Amino acid sequence: MPSNDADRIARHWSKTRTLTIVILCFWAFFAFVLPWNTKALNAFSFMGFPLGYYFIAQGSLIAFVVMIFVQNWMQDKIDDEFGFHEEK
Amino acid sequence: MFRMQGRLVDNLPKVYGLYTGGFIVFIILMAILDKLGVSAATIGILFVAFTILIYALIGWLSRTMELGAYYVAGREVPAVYNGMATAADWMSGASFVALAGGIYFGGYGYMAFIVGWTGGYVLVNALMAPYLRKFGCYTVPDFIGTRYGGNFARLIAVIILVTASFTYVTAQIDASGTIAARALQIKYETGVWVGLVAILMCSMLGGMRAVTWTQVAQYIVLIIAYLVPIIWMSNRQGFGLIPHFSYGGAIHRIQELEPMVKLGLKATESFPGRSILTVPLNATGAPLESWKFFTLALCMMAGTASLPHILMRYFTTPSVRSARKSVAWSLFFIFLLYFSAPCLATLTKLQLLDPNLPTSVIGKPFAEVANLAWIKNWASVGMVAISDSNKDGILQINELFMRPDIIVLATPEIAGLPYVISGLVAAGGLAAAMSTADGLILAIANALSHDLYYKMIDPKADVKLRLIVARVLLVVIGVLAAFIASLHITSILGAVAWAFCFACSGLFFPLVLGVWWKRANREGAIAGMICGFVAGSAYLYYVQNGGAPWWGIDGLRFGMIGMPISLVTMVAVSLMTPAPDEETQRMVDNTRIPTGGTILEASH
Repeated sequence: MPSNDADRIARHWSKTRTLTIVILCFWAFFAFVLPWNTKALNAFSFMGFPLGYYFIAQGSLIAFVVMIFVQNWMQDKIDDEFGFHEEK
Repeated sequence: MFRMQGRLVDNLPKVYGLYTGGFIVFIILMAILDKLGVSAATIGILFVAFTILIYALIGWLSRTMELGAYYVAGREVPAVYNGMATAADWMSGASFVALAGGIYFGGYGYMAFIVGWTGGYVLVNALMAPYLRKFGCYTVPDFIGTRYGGNFARLIAVIILVTASFTYVTAQIDASGTIAARALQIKYETGVWVGLVAILMCSMLGGMRAVTWTQVAQYIVLIIAYLVPIIWMSNRQGFGLIPHFSYGGAIHRIQELEPMVKLGLKATESFPGRSILTVPLNATGAPLESWKFFTLALCMMAGTASLPHILMRYFTTPSVRSARKSVAWSLFFIFLLYFSAPCLATLTKLQLLDPNLPTSVIGKPFAEVANLAWIKNWASVGMVAISDSNKDGILQINELFMRPDIIVLATPEIAGLPYVISGLVAAGGLAAAMSTADGLILAIANALSHDLYYKMIDPKADVKLRLIVARVLLVVIGVLAAFIASLHITSILGAVAWAFCFACSGLFFPLVLGVWWKRANREGAIAGMICGFVAGSAYLYYVQNGGAPWWGIDGLRFGMIGMPISLVTMVAVSLMTPAPDEETQRMVDNTRIPTGGTILEASH
């Protein structure tokens, strides 16, 4: 494997890893931090819902869906940048 | 039958469009029969029989004698359809039948299942699916066996997979038996075997390919069946066409009603399997609550990312990129049902509690409630009980006993919807339980036939023999699971949570670190799998036999014990033993590159 190729692969992986870590931080926030504080958040109201309830019933779920689509969109960009295009 | 130009995969929108249209026409036809006075029982039978026949037809049309088609559906399933199939594979009888009921009775604590069973897909997408797809394995133990090398690691992975999936599949067959028994008006013990035959018809002839295409069909049935009653009920109660974003008022109203109906009163009598409502809908902020939420959500998420029947769905896509895309679609399709479950639980609860609604029962004269059709129907099969414990002639909150898992099935009747909706819901519940059972039985049979039989016992077996062995195992496992289900050991939701905890205790870290930590080696993985799995199981055994749970970690969350032990032993043992060889390191590097050929050969 030529060394510039190895370098390309290494940089691709380092960007992939950073993206993954950022996504996992968002994930932990919506999966654990918000639900942990449901009682406190319930003091607020959102679209007629108590806010804490809203997050565990809908808000966090929507955030998860968006998170995956965003991660994939950014990962595709990283892959393209380093020349790992989809074949075919 | 219409004629198709080219192959099925090129005609998917047309085929499933026709199918969905056909199903809607069928529902309308049933509604007409309902109006004409055809009995509720007949409509129930027609719904269940019609959908089972369709699945069986798809299963037969997808029959195959090719290895790639049998194990990974020929790796040609487009992302959106794989998303639907995964959603059906994922949403079990528990999600469909028991989840809303769990929220109804368990409130905040049960919402952890909702967050856990959706958030887990972020882990699947970020840590697992694209890399396992690149690897090109047929089964999950295939990855463990190749990444770490050696048959022993593979064998341990097979044992954990079988334990987790088998626990899960008995719950699914139990659920399909319950629904089939109720809809076809047969005994539960017979219902279980009817369910099994239906399940095997979908998977036996075509393996993964047949399961994929039936699961897509089952998803369409189950999502229609879940959403229609909610939308219908909401329109009656004035929460708008799509209630999901506007039922906030119902929550405030229930919080207002809870003290009025004296929620929290203890029951003075007991009926086996049935319980009264004692837990408030929303969080009360009790000290243990947040911790219990966190631990349950974490176990369910890690379990999601380690359950083989889900991971193997991502082996069927054409590329790494489409594997990722299909995780996104999976979660979207799952989300549609999961964000409806709390809505259903809330609206049903309001129906029963709010004295301003005609459907309310709490606070009504006892004799009047005892005469309601739905109370009589469900009481006659032992799912509901009412008893005027304090002899005041009024039904109190602690005098209505229900089995939690009937909330979804009984809601249409409670809300006074026409029977056609009950038939539809039964068909949906059956679709959910069958599709998950199919995925699980296939995951077990494939691991045994591919990893145990072909890779370890008889590596020279030819394709034909391998496929025969795979099918024989499929039947044997199905029969065993049905037999155990017919013994009725744990409730549906309990057994499901166990499966997640078994899977995450044993497999989560060996899978994640296999991709993300090059230094992880065979000794570490074996230690991690064995110690995590054994520790988790031992703790479950301790709790189940009356041991006091540590820090609120009960039988639903024993992954909290297994996972850390698995992580620590895996890292420690890996560091104490030599690093993996050059070739393995290169293999890991290659796994991380999204393009290029798979690591295992196409037909291995």
